[in-house]
Amino acid sequence: MDTTILLVLVIVTALAFDFTNGFHDTANAMATSIATGALKPKVAVALSATLNLVGAFLSVQVALTVTNAVVKIQDSSGAPDPALLDDGGSALLLIVLAGLIGGIIWNLLTWLLGLPSSSSHALFGGLIGATIAGLGFAGVNWAGDGSKLDGVVGKVILPALMSPVLAGVVAAIGTWLVFRVIGGLAERSITHGFRIGQIGSASLVSLAHGTNDAQKTMGVITLALIAAGAWDDTEAVPFWVKLCCALAISLGTYLGGWRIIRTVGKGLVEINTPQGMAAESSSAAVILASSHLGFALSTTHVATGSILGSGVGRPGAQVRWRVALRMIIAWVITLPAAGLVGAAMWWIGHLAGGVIGGVIMVVILAGLAVFMYLRSRLNSVGAHNVNDEWDDAPKSRQTTSA
Amino acid sequence: MFPLFLDAAWQVALAALLLGAGLPALFALGVRSFAVAGGAVDGGGSGPARPALRFAGVLCFVLVVCAVLVGLTVIIATGFGQTVSFEHIVPTLVDKE
Repeated sequence: MDTTILLVLVIVTALAFDFTNGFHDTANAMATSIATGALKPKVAVALSATLNLVGAFLSVQVALTVTNAVVKIQDSSGAPDPALLDDGGSALLLIVLAGLIGGIIWNLLTWLLGLPSSSSHALFGGLIGATIAGLGFAGVNWAGDGSKLDGVVGKVILPALMSPVLAGVVAAIGTWLVFRVIGGLAERSITHGFRIGQIGSASLVSLAHGTNDAQKTMGVITLALIAAGAWDDTEAVPFWVKLCCALAISLGTYLGGWRIIRTVGKGLVEINTPQGMAAESSSAAVILASSHLGFALSTTHVATGSILGSGVGRPGAQVRWRVALRMIIAWVITLPAAGLVGAAMWWIGHLAGGVIGGVIMVVILAGLAVFMYLRSRLNSVGAHNVNDEWDDAPKSRQTTSA
Repeated sequence: MFPLFLDAAWQVALAALLLGAGLPALFALGVRSFAVAGGAVDGGGSGPARPALRFAGVLCFVLVVCAVLVGLTVIIATGFGQTVSFEHIVPTLVDKE
């Protein structure tokens, strides 16, 4: 009975994470199309949500070993570590629950601040923190066994250092080339073509996002089901898990993380249609090339790196380095910050013990989520004002929101 | 670990650079061909040059669409536990290792 309640809490929390993953990452694909007016804001989020839904269902073969990249709570076949199953699986469920909560809280906080941070780093950070609290440092897969790119270093840190820079360079070169080619042409004769190109490349990014990110939650939920003894196939994911995860990420995407869309589309650089197309093409190429070559990276880092690069590559475009710096700081602290929350949650759950601990953790999460939602209403950003002029001066922003 | 990383990184970088910067440039060439053929630049596309320009434009777009289709195949194949092999130049689907 205890395990069942914990399992339900894990599933609900995992779907909540998937939902935040959706709205946190809408900006990656759609911010430029919204900023350039290629798509109306509502149409853009609806398109992205649909493609995320389709993408999630395209994930026929879901890897159940998602947590293996950073922690050691399951073996390479996907089965949970037997040492964590002594008490009906609740030790493993507690770690997963604490990790998910760490990821959600960090996703909500960065959303409130309008910062595009990586949802996969938030999830991995939460899991690492909860594992360190529960199993000690030895429970973390720091660098794998050295035979392939694995562990926190190989799958999280090294790719995170490289991918935004690569995406930025590719987008800068692409943007520069595009403006060389179209130099001297009247804007009206080219805008239509580039709009189509921009929408097409943004759609590819959305679809790739759906196939990658929804899978992570599917893997986590199935791991929890196996740990609790409610599922025993390490080769397949129950259909209802797939359906729920696909709907959660797609609903989240449709809700639209307008605060983040605004930062990415209007805050980082002034963006026009050819530039937006170059940025999204760079994102799509980097994401697809790396997923094809088995190189793990964060969609968020790639997308925002590309947009920055497109600002650098277009002659005369303004890049707001202060906004970029804030964003880069958020990238660096995402993993440790989500880890601290995950660890704190594990201690709270462990001290209270069993089902009571799980319930307290979820109540804390719900309280913080409601608080951050109410706080966001003070200066709400939505489809109506997402494209307003970006105001650099913090003082005047306070007066407009008051 | 680091040599492994560099090995994966340069392959990703090369592919991303070719596709991510090359395709937008190709697309821009297509847009330019059509714009010039449509008379966007004075004297740029008068007389017999127009059909040739339009043909060049179509060729650019066809290449871009082909690349996008390969991209779509990579996404969909990944979802089905397969991967796209370019060993025989023409992309073929093979089981993931």
